[in-house]
Amino acid sequence: MSVDQDQSTQLQSSIKDALAEQSSLRLIGSGSKDFYGRELGPQSVLDLSGNRGIVSYEPTELVITARGGTPLEEIEAALEAQGQMLPFEPPHFDDKGTIGGAIAAGLSGPRRPWGGSPRDLLLGIKLLDGQGRIMSFGGQVMKNVAGYDISRLMAGAMGTLGVLLEVSIKVLPKPVEEHTLLVDRDPDAATSLIGAMIADSQPITASYSLADKQAIRLACSHQRLGTIRSRYGLQESTESTGFWQQLRDHKLDFFQQPKTLWRLSLKPTSPLELTEPCLQEWSGGLRWLYSERPAAEIRNLVERQGGHAIQFRNGDRSGDIFHPLHPRIAGIQQGLKAVFDPHGLFNPGRHYANY
Amino acid sequence: MGIDRQSLAAEFLNMLPSDCVIYRQEELIPFECDGLSAYRKVPLIVLLPYTVEQVELVLKYCHRQKIPVVARGAGTGLSGGALPHEEGVLLSLARLNKIVEVDSENRLARVQPGVRNLAVSEAAKPYGLYYAPDPSSQIACSIGGNVAENAGGVHCLKYGLTLHNVVQVTLITIDGERLTFGSTGLDGPGLDLLTLITGSEGMLGLVVEVVVKLLPIPERQQVALAAFDDVEIAGKAVAEIIAKGILPAGLEMMDNLSLRAAEDFVHAGYPTDAAAILLCEVDGSEDEVSEEIMRVRQILLDSGAREVRTAEDETERMRFWAGRKNAFPAVGRLAPDYYCMDGTIPRNQLGKVLTMIGEMSEKFGLPCANVFHAGDGNLHPLILYDANNEGELEKAEEFGGEILELCVAVGGTITGEHGVGIEKINQMCAQFPDPELETFHAVKAVFDPHNLLNPGKAIPTLARCAEFGAMHVHAGKLRFPELERF
Ligand SMILES: Cc1cc2nc3c(=O)[nH]c(=O)nc-3n(C[C@H](O)[C@H](O)[C@H](O)COP(=O)(O)OP(=O)(O)OC[C@H]3O[C@@H](n4cnc5c(N)ncnc54)[C@H](O)[C@@H]3O)c2cc1C
Repeated sequence: MSVDQDQSTQLQSSIKDALAEQSSLRLIGSGSKDFYGRELGPQSVLDLSGNRGIVSYEPTELVITARGGTPLEEIEAALEAQGQMLPFEPPHFDDKGTIGGAIAAGLSGPRRPWGGSPRDLLLGIKLLDGQGRIMSFGGQVMKNVAGYDISRLMAGAMGTLGVLLEVSIKVLPKPVEEHTLLVDRDPDAATSLIGAMIADSQPITASYSLADKQAIRLACSHQRLGTIRSRYGLQESTESTGFWQQLRDHKLDFFQQPKTLWRLSLKPTSPLELTEPCLQEWSGGLRWLYSERPAAEIRNLVERQGGHAIQFRNGDRSGDIFHPLHPRIAGIQQGLKAVFDPHGLFNPGRHYANY
Repeated sequence: MGIDRQSLAAEFLNMLPSDCVIYRQEELIPFECDGLSAYRKVPLIVLLPYTVEQVELVLKYCHRQKIPVVARGAGTGLSGGALPHEEGVLLSLARLNKIVEVDSENRLARVQPGVRNLAVSEAAKPYGLYYAPDPSSQIACSIGGNVAENAGGVHCLKYGLTLHNVVQVTLITIDGERLTFGSTGLDGPGLDLLTLITGSEGMLGLVVEVVVKLLPIPERQQVALAAFDDVEIAGKAVAEIIAKGILPAGLEMMDNLSLRAAEDFVHAGYPTDAAAILLCEVDGSEDEVSEEIMRVRQILLDSGAREVRTAEDETERMRFWAGRKNAFPAVGRLAPDYYCMDGTIPRNQLGKVLTMIGEMSEKFGLPCANVFHAGDGNLHPLILYDANNEGELEKAEEFGGEILELCVAVGGTITGEHGVGIEKINQMCAQFPDPELETFHAVKAVFDPHNLLNPGKAIPTLARCAEFGAMHVHAGKLRFPELERF
């Protein structure tokens, strides 16, 4: 295991070198999400994994601050020891993953609707921008409205605005027990039953639906589980926490198909006219679809329902991967890129073309 | 520029129904300040449009003519964010006050910006739903203003700030284009621009529609009231509750001066001889609440509470909260004027900060009552003064400024929920170095290149900071040199 190290000065000089050479950089934490985003041309790699280590963690403040290259595993172990967790349940994919990469990719696991997303939980950052400036935004407190919320803008920006040297994240107590129940209904009936359970404030922390299997995860005592089971007529599953972890990391069989994998984000009840089966999480808010339909067709279907579609894995990665934006909003995005990275140093083209 | 009031009024009367244009001096006066009444300016003109199309027309015109525009919701802001511009338009969104849709299945409500915060929960109630962020001003403040300030409330610890409860915002840009940010799903495409817009204090665009998340009304809510003989012990009890893995729906603290004021004002049933009280609310199903409130009670007693009471019934629970929710006006009865501060600190600094505020209060000779969103470290010191006494307002402002700089020095921030506005513009210099401030200005310029939206607010110019620094760093010494810097 490598040692904790603050490499901000070294990284800063790498940026200055790149500026001098007018080259661009591909930012890499552990490389666990290399498959995600648009294809990049040949570029020098800026390895961020050496800038690692937990800077501070006070369980009673519900905040952890760590350098961007800190492995997710290390953070999760430190939190686990105090009975806490990263509420957005970040995917690890290949068992690696750094905290900086998790925030930059902006992806959340099955707990998302109940635990929040990286942007919801990010409290502050230390940023190295495209001019080699080190700046701090936000902080370690929950409530902070001084200045524009630059920190949260970094969540999901795919490293296109700067290097996350340090991040402060809100953490939460980890449920003492979690259990899985099978919802033995046809998909529509299952969806409405889960809806009813949410309306009744049942302690759901994840949902899964694919073809004829529907399951939910609940955070409650075994005793309470019994009450819930009989109230809604549900069966306990033999599935353990491992199942939800496999779902989070795309290790279930469903995710092993060679076709193009689409990630659809929608209002939970939005109907989609598709014949291919979708794996649903987030009580319908997140849908995974393997399809070789033309991208435009999928995007139109989803857009008509007010959602957006990401070409998550496989397929042609030289075109649009993320959902195309309204031209004016794309312009604002370009403008912000020019604020943080005026020379186009960071991950050019990974998020959107010409950006 | 330099257009006079009469000709501007004539222009707008051509564009809008006549009752939308207010330009007579005596009718402009009610708009000269927001909730921070120490600052007042009469705007050139006030516009009260009825429709989004009218807002677009107004902005297109102002953009062409380079006229400053200040948005106003309900005017309850406490940092002078809606303080008018003397050469500009004050654009009130109050008449855009329709609840467009309650989508009970997806637990979303689509509302116009002028809708009052509480009205959203009222509209959602028949569906067993409510809108979680509950600023104490919720009867009056508008959703547009809440988005612009990223407003919080007593239930933010568990349910988040406005930011966490708004999924989509429709904005009119300064040149009159209508854009939608965010989505009705759980995330949107591209950069998350909604994070910039929330809390942007009317500096990036005009909010004309908001989609908020609704939550199921919990089966049961219960509150425990704990009395302490020592403020610091109360502070430690807060940390203890969290350390034990409990995430209360609300966790609030009041010191002796504020709890006595509240008791006199609303007869909440507070123990007036306590140094501090904590209100700790838990919510959920019947069983969960019964179990958790007993745990909370035990933790409070173990942490040194003198007495812990749980509300006997819903009426008593509401009464306990009424004291807290009316704390500002209650304290306001103690003196002709009060000045409400809004710093956030790491919770573990609470004891130290309260002691230092006590010392400052003696130094300035002005009483200070403390109301505290203890769960999330957001402190509201209320400085009592009398503006009729020569120099007292200035003294109160200096006292307030010192409190905010103390918050920064212990690792916190100058504003947790009320915004910077005009009030804390100098303290922004204490919190942010030049590159960060330059970045803020550059971000604004992306949305508003001519600096027409709420100019002069929220982000100080570097020149202003240089001047403020010269004033404050006496002989090269920082304030609070004894504290470790963060
Ligand atoms: C007694 C009292 C208690 C309070 N308690 C709390 C509390 O617990 N928590 C809390 O967070 N705040 C609290 N506040 C402060 C205030 O109520 C909030 O900041 C509220 O969000 C302001 O809403 P408003 O509609 O009154 O906005 P205004 O005061 O009218 O405006 C506030 C800012 O928002 C901008 N703005 C308003 N509407 C729009 C729009 N549609 N588009 C773009 N910009 C807009 C204005 O330009 C201004 O900068 C309290 C205030 C009072 C008086």
